[in-house]
Amino acid sequence: MLGYTIRRLLMAVPVMGIVALIVFSLLYLTPGDPAMVLAGDQASPEQIEKIRAALGLDQPPHLRFVAWLWQMANGDLGTSIFSGEPVTHMIEQRLQPTFSLLALSVLLSIAVGVPFGVAAAARRGGWTDRALTWFTTLGFSLPAFIAGYALAFIFATTLKWLPVQGFVPLSEGVPAWLRNLILPAVTLSLVYAAIIGRVTRASMLDVLSEDYIRTARAKGVAPWRILFRHALQNAAVPVITVIGIGIATLIGSAVITENVFAIPGVGRLTVDAILHRDYPIIQGVVLMLSAAYVLVNIAVDLCYTLLDPRIRY
Amino acid sequence: MTRRADILISGGLLLAMVLLALLAPYLLNGDPRALSPGSRLLAPSALHWFGTDQLGRDLFVRVLYGARISLFVGFSVAFLSSLLGTFVGMLSASDRRLDAIVMRVMDGVMSIPAILLAIALMAVTGGSVLNVIVAVTIVEIPRVARLIRSIVLSLREQPYVEAAIAAGTSRPMIVVRHLLPGIWAPLIVQATFVWATAMILEAALSFIGAGTPPTTPSWGNILADARSLWQIRPTLVFFPGAFLFMTLLAVNVLGDGLRDLLDPRQAPEGST
Repeated sequence: MLGYTIRRLLMAVPVMGIVALIVFSLLYLTPGDPAMVLAGDQASPEQIEKIRAALGLDQPPHLRFVAWLWQMANGDLGTSIFSGEPVTHMIEQRLQPTFSLLALSVLLSIAVGVPFGVAAAARRGGWTDRALTWFTTLGFSLPAFIAGYALAFIFATTLKWLPVQGFVPLSEGVPAWLRNLILPAVTLSLVYAAIIGRVTRASMLDVLSEDYIRTARAKGVAPWRILFRHALQNAAVPVITVIGIGIATLIGSAVITENVFAIPGVGRLTVDAILHRDYPIIQGVVLMLSAAYVLVNIAVDLCYTLLDPRIRY
Repeated sequence: MTRRADILISGGLLLAMVLLALLAPYLLNGDPRALSPGSRLLAPSALHWFGTDQLGRDLFVRVLYGARISLFVGFSVAFLSSLLGTFVGMLSASDRRLDAIVMRVMDGVMSIPAILLAIALMAVTGGSVLNVIVAVTIVEIPRVARLIRSIVLSLREQPYVEAAIAAGTSRPMIVVRHLLPGIWAPLIVQATFVWATAMILEAALSFIGAGTPPTTPSWGNILADARSLWQIRPTLVFFPGAFLFMTLLAVNVLGDGLRDLLDPRQAPEGST
């Protein structure tokens, strides 16, 4: 297991290398002088010169890439063009709201999606099953930022049950932290729970047609025990896989949705960076969140062995 | 409801939306950019069906013009990424060494959450409709390429393709006569889902200020303008949001219907 963990982490290195290469070369694939592209239309020659020096544009590209990669690998994501602050520091300050939102959304989506999928598979063609189909289609067609406004309008502006916007750090108590995160987390969970529900249903249907399920039924095991003990555990691998893959969509939706609910997280940082044309920040955010996504999927791979003893590495 | 009814209803809705978008300049005599300081933030009325925004611009006119941008971006991205994705996928399936390199690059692209890659691309190229199309196409190519690669790899093992190879049929001929017919059904299904994703990405990019220029009346921009005002005038969010939602719903239902009709093997287990 330890050997596999190390091998799996080593396999992630080339993937992250390619991600870094893509993020790095974006700036040089666009026509024109990258320093001028970054500086924008109204920049003075001094500003352009400053950016040129900051990027090390006087050196050949491959040397620049190696130097840049080394810097990134050491946790230095460069400095912001606009504020001059280290990007690593700026992202660190914004991590808590974003990770709070992501963690709560993942938990909520699993808590809703998995039982929903199990129930739909248990009574195939029944009303739960049809409800899941509708829920999935609606979830895929409702972009998170629009769903966010709809939920905020119903539960915050009209019913006044929950705050409209804002974020309270965890240090000010769990209830306040949770109250502000419920609406954004529900918003993000709509699509994600739908994906998890759909995969859980398909995977459960496969497992429920197995002989050992019939045997369990024949010897009188309680139906809920068959579903949740005998079947779900064996249906779990595709479910865990889709939870891992879905994190990419979830991260993307979080970046957008933070702006609906005025949550001061990485998404807000990104939008401010777009406004100021501050590419080092965007670069840093893309690298960090992609790395998070790759790491989550390594964790998912490692989970397989825990869930299914037949899988050995 | 049967699958055919689904396809007809969603296809009809989509067609109506496309017609409305195409004919917007002829149906409406309003200018989506016309300012009218005297009639700011009006509620929906007989004169302004959807009301007006903070600059007095007619929301109904803007939302219909927004449909033009959204559908155009969606269609262009679906078309371009299908074309280029098919090319990359076939290229990858044709040569083992090339395959290793191409697929690693595709893995790398897909390790970056879609919207973030699009944001990074938009940040270096600047806001315009064309750049949005290019950025979202780049994001979507790997998803098409992977699908095509896997189909071609399995088709190549089919006896009729092996027979064609043994008979000395030229490579381009094999691709055109024997591979493309097996590809087009899943490709069309995939293209409808790419269309939906592209419309979401365009709206999301514009919403955070990284998409079409703020002066363009796209749904994302209309929503972005409403960001600080939606509590005063919720219709500013409701109408563009509802149009985007209905269009996406139509495309997704159409995609599901086409999948079951054209490509039953891809359909999720037990869907009826």
